[in-house]
Amino acid sequence: MKARVFITLKNGVLDPQGKAIHHALQGLGFGGVNDVRAGKLIELDLADGTKDAEIEDMCRKLLANTVIENFRIERLEDA
Amino acid sequence: MKSAVIVFPGSNCDRDLAVALEQVTGQKPAMVWHRESELPAGTDFIGIPGGFSYGDYLRSGAMAAQSPIMRAVAAAAERGVPVLGVCNGFQVLTEAGLLPGALMRNAGLHFVCRPVGLTVENSQSLFTSAYDSGEEIVIPVAHHDGNYQADPATLDRLEGEGRVAFRYREEVNGSARDIAGILNDSGNVLGMMPHPERMIEQAHGGTDGRKLFEGLLETVA
Repeated sequence: MKARVFITLKNGVLDPQGKAIHHALQGLGFGGVNDVRAGKLIELDLADGTKDAEIEDMCRKLLANTVIENFRIERLEDA
Repeated sequence: MKSAVIVFPGSNCDRDLAVALEQVTGQKPAMVWHRESELPAGTDFIGIPGGFSYGDYLRSGAMAAQSPIMRAVAAAAERGVPVLGVCNGFQVLTEAGLLPGALMRNAGLHFVCRPVGLTVENSQSLFTSAYDSGEEIVIPVAHHDGNYQADPATLDRLEGEGRVAFRYREEVNGSARDIAGILNDSGNVLGMMPHPERMIEQAHGGTDGRKLFEGLLETVA
């Protein structure tokens, strides 16, 4: 069983990386980009039957820093 | 003073910190590998050095904060043992929850490596007693992720409780309220991005960092 964890910066947290990407896109002539936020995608290959609560625990303890980041878990059924 | 310096894979200022401690206290610190689960008996000061523990994988300091020795460091901090985290050590302390807030990528995106001007905001702490309040000092920084951020309520609390130990006197990395170093609520844990261990003898270009270790020696010993 696989799961994906999406880690994104909380609203209001400054994202210098996203800003730099935004600038680079503008430099390439993509004028229609209003804002860019950069995050992380972590793919987990898990033992069958792993509970949601356990994945959330992984996120809180290590995968995300909840001071500045949010996380979202997406299960990939039979991937 | 019986000090211990924690060494993670990727630490690279552990030796500098050990040399500074030995020069000022006259005693060689114990170098404690991250896999250890206990500190040497009688440890009365813990230093967490700069570097790139675990290659800064996931987030700076995130992996190191979960290593076995950090449980012993947290327990010692709880007992009141002074803990100093410099640079990556500061990042480790925030990731371990021993200090509030987080250190993010520098606002200018560049790695910043130069001496910077600081103001000593609190000269009453275990670590800063040898400085005068408001004293202006110069200490080098060398970091990519030194942009200190916390929510406004936390920042207000830090300022209100005198827990901002050092502030930048110039724009360095985008840190909220120019914060360069903070204390925990009991005042025995200090995290700072600048490297005091790199300013302890004239050959370094100054000795402004030396007073931190001298003050510590006086309060601990």
